[in-house]
Amino acid sequence: RAYVFGEDVKFGGVFRCTSGLADAFGTHRVFNTPLCEQGLVGFGIGLAAMGNRAIAEIQFADYIFPAFDQATAKFRYRSGNAFNCGGLTVRSPYGAVGHGGHYHSQSPEAFFCHVPGLKVVIPRNPSQAKGLLLASIRDPNPVIFFEPKWLYRLSVDEVPEGDYMLPLSNAEVIREGTDITLVAWGAQLAVMQQACAEAEKEGISCELIDLRTLIPWDKELVEASVNKTGKLIVSHEAPVTGGFGAEIAATIAERCFLRLEAPIARVCGLDTPFPLVFEPFYMPTANKVSTA
Amino acid sequence: MAASSLASRAVASLSPSISTGASRDDAGSSSVVGFHKRSSAFTGRRVRISSGHGSSAAHGRRSCVVAATAAPVKESPPKIADIELVTREEGLELYEDMILGRCFEDMCAQMYYRSKMFGFVHLYNGQEAVSTGFVKALKKDDYICSTYRDHVHALSKGVPARQVMSELFGKATGCCRGQGGSMHMFSKEHRLLGGFAFIGEGIPVATGAAFNTKYSREVLKDLSVDAVTLAFFGDGTCNNGQFFECLNMAALWKLPIVYVVENNLWAIGMDHFRATSVPEIWKKGEAFGMPGVHVDGMDVLKVREVAKEAIARARRGDGPTLVECETYRYRGHSLADPDELRKPEQKNKYAVRDPIAAFKKYLLENGLASEADLKAIEKKIDEIVEDAVEFADASPLPPRSQLLENVFADPRGFGIGPDGKYRCEDPAFTAGTAEV
Repeated sequence: RAYVFGEDVKFGGVFRCTSGLADAFGTHRVFNTPLCEQGLVGFGIGLAAMGNRAIAEIQFADYIFPAFDQATAKFRYRSGNAFNCGGLTVRSPYGAVGHGGHYHSQSPEAFFCHVPGLKVVIPRNPSQAKGLLLASIRDPNPVIFFEPKWLYRLSVDEVPEGDYMLPLSNAEVIREGTDITLVAWGAQLAVMQQACAEAEKEGISCELIDLRTLIPWDKELVEASVNKTGKLIVSHEAPVTGGFGAEIAATIAERCFLRLEAPIARVCGLDTPFPLVFEPFYMPTANKVSTA
Repeated sequence: MAASSLASRAVASLSPSISTGASRDDAGSSSVVGFHKRSSAFTGRRVRISSGHGSSAAHGRRSCVVAATAAPVKESPPKIADIELVTREEGLELYEDMILGRCFEDMCAQMYYRSKMFGFVHLYNGQEAVSTGFVKALKKDDYICSTYRDHVHALSKGVPARQVMSELFGKATGCCRGQGGSMHMFSKEHRLLGGFAFIGEGIPVATGAAFNTKYSREVLKDLSVDAVTLAFFGDGTCNNGQFFECLNMAALWKLPIVYVVENNLWAIGMDHFRATSVPEIWKKGEAFGMPGVHVDGMDVLKVREVAKEAIARARRGDGPTLVECETYRYRGHSLADPDELRKPEQKNKYAVRDPIAAFKKYLLENGLASEADLKAIEKKIDEIVEDAVEFADASPLPPRSQLLENVFADPRGFGIGPDGKYRCEDPAFTAGTAEV
């Protein structure tokens, strides 16, 4: 009783994410909806409340805003656990893609991180994506699953066959180091890897952490890492002010205040609407990270 | 009921020009409406033209009797009426505008594949009759609101091809200084309220602009403001909440607006008939108390007749109209769309109804223009488009400092930086370093 629906998912979707699904599972389970994001997410909540697993696709994360009210679903809370919409997973491509402009490149993860009761998950590559997506679908809470669209074409990975889940709310250290901790998620990790490599040449050993789940996030792991290194940089594509980096910075400052050797730095997108031509300047590039 | 009598009045005046060519039924009945031209001093000939397009092939659509809310237009050939549809000057103007639209879009495709243009580009080929038919019936002060498929609306409204091309190239000389790109064309001078990437986003904006006119006239007593607003959008948008919300508001407040649906039957890969419970979009006007009109969007003269009537209605203060233009896009949804889902039969069916070819035929057959005239126009347009490309190429990219402009009204809105000065004055703010 799982359903996949959204705009243009039947033929495979504009990013080919759902190709073959309609053939495999039938069009009664994989279907297109008309162009109504608000209706779509609400519809998903209804389905989920009836005990189904609804996997809604929002074509670009930028389009999720009409559905924002529905997405801040507080179903379990306000019905006193009579109903819940844990079966809802909203998948959406997000993030910069090189040429998207204002409405095809936004990173709205911070807005959703502010909603208690929702989980936000972001994978960094295909094998992670599979495990995290399965975990998200099976998680008894509503999850918003953002997929970095930059990586649709770029990321190549060995994905294990079969069913496997990766735990949500667990961050992962993908590169060990001792001098400084770097935290990021999604496509930004590739940029961070580059920055780490550059820093290595200058003798700085970086520890890189992929947060994977933004809320609830793995505070313990990051805290442990910062206790080891004493310094932290957070990096994300979304604008810096009010971005999720702020939450991480505040929490770590609270927990590791006496251990920190320098203020926590955030290397993020600028506080402008996502620019078209200026994308190279807007993005937090490896250079910016290295300079930090 | 007041609403429907208004509607039927609107219909009655519209009926001679509305095509019975809404023959989406599969009975194969042919749609024939005679448009008749008065014998003109020009040619001394009286010509009867059928602008129907033969039978629409059966494709399982529901039947849709034409036009609006009142009695359907009878299908018998109308009497020969002395309607002068279009003068030579008007005809040439319309032709030129459609050719400009087509030529420009074709050039866009070329430039895109040469990487001069980037991003998501949505071309308008095939739908020119709608833009030309409607926008050319407007006055300079009237407003239009469009979608991401907005290049041709901009051109029809008068935005110079140079500015549109520059905007597409992302250059500082573009109509939005390179900030908007293909999907977000704006022009204060030409009253273009945008290009919107988000579907349905422009409809409330247009509704607000229309309200401004009514308010200025009725409350501020400024009768010099008589701008009508047109909102263009597609079939997919008609299933979106914003569309319905605005139809309601506009009818409730009798706003001077015309909602123009460019129904090209596809929303990227979603067929209109599979997405919509009542595919006849014009019927939705009635639900909100405004006339709903269907017109053949591949025939510029028909579109123009309906446009003139609807715009006049709005300007009189009689309220909004919903016009559904049956049209088709010859290219894919965007330049990145492989366009695999549309069947060749459907594409061919509309290919023979090319609005430009049809209008050319009309002009020639009625002696309104000669081959030489039309060739001259085509050549002129070619030159304009080439010039636009050269201009765009030669134009500079926007300076980096432009990145911070127009986020707030005052760029000092970015606040004070760690060095105690305004951030916008710190060159490092946009130079690519980390301190924020």
